[in-house]
Amino acid sequence: MLDQVNQASLLEIRSLCRSFPKGSGEDLVVLENVDLTLRAGEIVGLLGRSGSGKSTLLRIIGGLISPSSGNAQCRGEPIDGPPDGVSMVFQSFALFPWLTVLQNVELGLEALGIESSERRTRALAAIDLIGLDGYESAYPKELSGGMRQRVGFARALVVHPDLLLMDEPFSALDVLTAETLRTDLIDLWIEGRLPIKSVLMVTHNIEEAVLMCDRILVFSSNPGRVAAEIKVDLAHPRNRVDPTFRQLVDSIYARMTQRAEPKTAAVEGLPSTGVGMVLNHVSSNLLSGLIETLAGAPYHGRADLPVLAGSLQLEADDLFHLAETLQLLRFAQVSEGDIVLADAGKRFADLDTDARKKLFAEHLVNYVPVIGLIRRVLDERPSHTAPAARFRNELEDYMSEDYADETLKTIVSWGRYAELFAYDEQSELFSLENPH
Amino acid sequence: MRAQKPSPPLLDRRLLPNFWDFVALVLIVGALVLVVYGGEQINVPLSALDSPPVSLDPANLPEYALRTTLRMLTAIVCSLVFTFLYAALAAKSRRAEMVLIPLLDILQSVPILGFLTFTVVFFMNLFPGRVLGAELACVFAIFTSQAWNMTFSMYQSMRNVPKDLEEASQSFHLSGWQRFWRLDVPFAMPGLIWNTMMSMSGGWFFVVASEAITVGNATVTLPGIGSYVALGIQQQNLQAIGYAILAMLFVIIVYDQLLFRPIVAWADKFRFEQTASGTEPSSWVLDLFRRTRALRALSVPFAAASRSISNLQIALPFRLRKSAARKPSRAIDALWLVLIVAGCGYASWKVYQYLSATLGVTDVLGAVGLGLITLARVAVLIVLASLIWVPIGVWIGLRPKLAERAQPVAQFLAAFPANLAFPVFVVVIVRFGLNADIWLSPLMILGTQWYILFNVIAGASAFPTDLREAASSFHLTGWRWWTKAILPGIFPYYITGAITASGGSWNASIVAEVASWGDTQLTATGLGAYIATATTAGDFPRVVLGIAVMCILVTLFNRLLWRPLYAFGERRLRLG
Repeated sequence: MLDQVNQASLLEIRSLCRSFPKGSGEDLVVLENVDLTLRAGEIVGLLGRSGSGKSTLLRIIGGLISPSSGNAQCRGEPIDGPPDGVSMVFQSFALFPWLTVLQNVELGLEALGIESSERRTRALAAIDLIGLDGYESAYPKELSGGMRQRVGFARALVVHPDLLLMDEPFSALDVLTAETLRTDLIDLWIEGRLPIKSVLMVTHNIEEAVLMCDRILVFSSNPGRVAAEIKVDLAHPRNRVDPTFRQLVDSIYARMTQRAEPKTAAVEGLPSTGVGMVLNHVSSNLLSGLIETLAGAPYHGRADLPVLAGSLQLEADDLFHLAETLQLLRFAQVSEGDIVLADAGKRFADLDTDARKKLFAEHLVNYVPVIGLIRRVLDERPSHTAPAARFRNELEDYMSEDYADETLKTIVSWGRYAELFAYDEQSELFSLENPH
Repeated sequence: MRAQKPSPPLLDRRLLPNFWDFVALVLIVGALVLVVYGGEQINVPLSALDSPPVSLDPANLPEYALRTTLRMLTAIVCSLVFTFLYAALAAKSRRAEMVLIPLLDILQSVPILGFLTFTVVFFMNLFPGRVLGAELACVFAIFTSQAWNMTFSMYQSMRNVPKDLEEASQSFHLSGWQRFWRLDVPFAMPGLIWNTMMSMSGGWFFVVASEAITVGNATVTLPGIGSYVALGIQQQNLQAIGYAILAMLFVIIVYDQLLFRPIVAWADKFRFEQTASGTEPSSWVLDLFRRTRALRALSVPFAAASRSISNLQIALPFRLRKSAARKPSRAIDALWLVLIVAGCGYASWKVYQYLSATLGVTDVLGAVGLGLITLARVAVLIVLASLIWVPIGVWIGLRPKLAERAQPVAQFLAAFPANLAFPVFVVVIVRFGLNADIWLSPLMILGTQWYILFNVIAGASAFPTDLREAASSFHLTGWRWWTKAILPGIFPYYITGAITASGGSWNASIVAEVASWGDTQLTATGLGAYIATATTAGDFPRVVLGIAVMCILVTLFNRLLWRPLYAFGERRLRLG
């Protein structure tokens, strides 16, 4: 009976918040009021854009970081440090390069103080299960990426955890390898051969989530919240070209792009608050390329995002960044999973390089508040120079140092392309003069 | 391959000496004064030592070489133990780090041979009248020449353990002790081994210098290659010095082949890289060992024992730094700071008291003046050595076959204790009556110039072929080729070599600015000679003053010149 209760909820998260200290006074909220219950026998996906706090949530559950407030319980016990019966698979594999495959797999057992003969038996069983026979004495650097992640899985499974946490386990692999690994894992799961009760995985790949999960929690960004919970009732093995599958993917795309709209709308209303906008670095080449692609055949100014992601071989997350940037600069609009080129975008596609730069500069100054600010400051100062620190401080009032760095990098790169200002990396100085 | 890897603390944006450097400097000089003060109080006559006499018979050389080697080994073991403890403490405890790291930084630039005076007094007072004290002093001198950069390397590695591996070991419930042996130590291994090798090459110099030393009216002579050479100088026996040089060559080669090659080849697996690299280091000794059955069988119990020891479930006293998990207590921080400042205050008061009893402002100014002369010597010598060795190094480095053969030779020359060869130069100076102020100077860089050479060779070998091809396809030749292509390409390597060479030269100045041949004494004006003369005279206040001035000059020289250059090279000119 007690066992049943435990099984009923492997994991209980109640109104969990997590914030990180920021450059200036107040904290940056990464996770806000997250609720999550995980039962035995399901694969749950945490799907969201980068910066939506999904990885942070996974690390809180894994006991690697502690929540700022709220309740997190695993198997009925509050989480304080890595809980028993939970193991983790890492995006970067996190294998110890100086240990062989076998030694890597045995590591978790050694930490549990299991004696050596049983350790060996269990490790070999896990290696066998995950398809690594013959590689026992190899070092990780001798293996391909796919094989390395198999070691990561074997290492996590060998301790027979109740809950397996996976942090974007396939995103460091190439497309084909990732697909093989996913299928192998799902096969083992439906055959009931994995010594685990549940899986919680973080991903930003929409198709991957629909392919593997029974339940998907879609996260919104800044701060991270659960925006929607989607049940996937399709039977395994799932077929990517099945119409219901496509429909589900489309609807999640639409939902995830929807989130982007209020953010820019608010910017329009109050330009002064827009300085705090995080700018993701997207190269101007990519932007021009996307505009040209959209303007040409077969899209003629309008494209379905999943289709576009497929044909350009872009991760959904990267495409979102691109699309949002175009939307921010008023070159395109995104709605319901479609991207539509605006008039300015169409004009941009027809112009030559110099005219493109002029148009880009115009849009930067008008629609990216912080770039407008930098330009104004440079124009007003007699020296026509300004230290980057001045703007960095301002950015850090709104965002973490890492985001401020990223935003500044983006500003410099766009500003250089548009010939709006020059930037000297060594003295960290913006200026109006361009070297000749 | 790169020489000593200066560390992130070195690459700090704050290049000027800061508060912590000052703290460290004061603490070190204060400690020296206390040791000497304590030693003087006990007031044991140093002449009580009865050391076995050294003879110039070449048949004794193997034994002397063995004694010298054993001292080296003892010192390196001490250095390793020190490294593990000090680096672990500094890396795991924030408060300890605040003091330990600047301390280490200053200790790196303290002239080790100046130390010798104090340590000899200290250890001989610990074991009055016995050889053990002198032996310990010698081992300690070698230790002080080896430990700091090893510790720095270990500390840096421990601070830079990849985050995912840290999370993995946490997530798999590794205890603090397990984590240390399974993650921290293996990750630090390649850097540590490289630095240990560099330390060893530096160490030969000091073992030779510290086997025969005169403090006040006591002369300590430990049987070894160094004292053999000292006796050879006294008796003007050039042949004996030749024998000593040969013996040293032999010892270094054996050391390299039997000890370091196998370790480097074995440690290759600890290199943190996800893809296999082209060439792997190999060692015939290791291959031999791997092929034998009996020896391997012998090693099994050791491996098993080390494995079970590293698997002990010991939680270490210091907790892991969790990212912003807990805010550090301000009150304890403040208390800690007060303690440090109080310690500093006490130390500086002691130093002042000790020095002001015998010395005045003019002494200080005099020492600074001499320091500037030595500084000028070091600077000129580095420039000259660079002018000679950079073109040669580039020429060699761009020819892979040649570089392969020249590189071990250059590294070997860097390891060879140049002070063994000093007498040869001194004989020439004496015979031709040359000006000691000028002609003794090259001795300072005799042993350290090779660091420039082998780093430049390494840099030129690593220069990408496509850049070379691009340069020649754009007809980049002559001066333009040097300034636009190759010099920027090797710059980070060159700087690494030059930093090592300059540090070594400062140290060498203490033995190079004063030289003798039989009864002839040669002295060049400079801070090195000042310290050496004060040591021989047993004038401790002047030794303290000389060392303090040298410390400050070396630190300033490093901060104001080398670090900015190094940072610039790393930021702008690092290829790939």
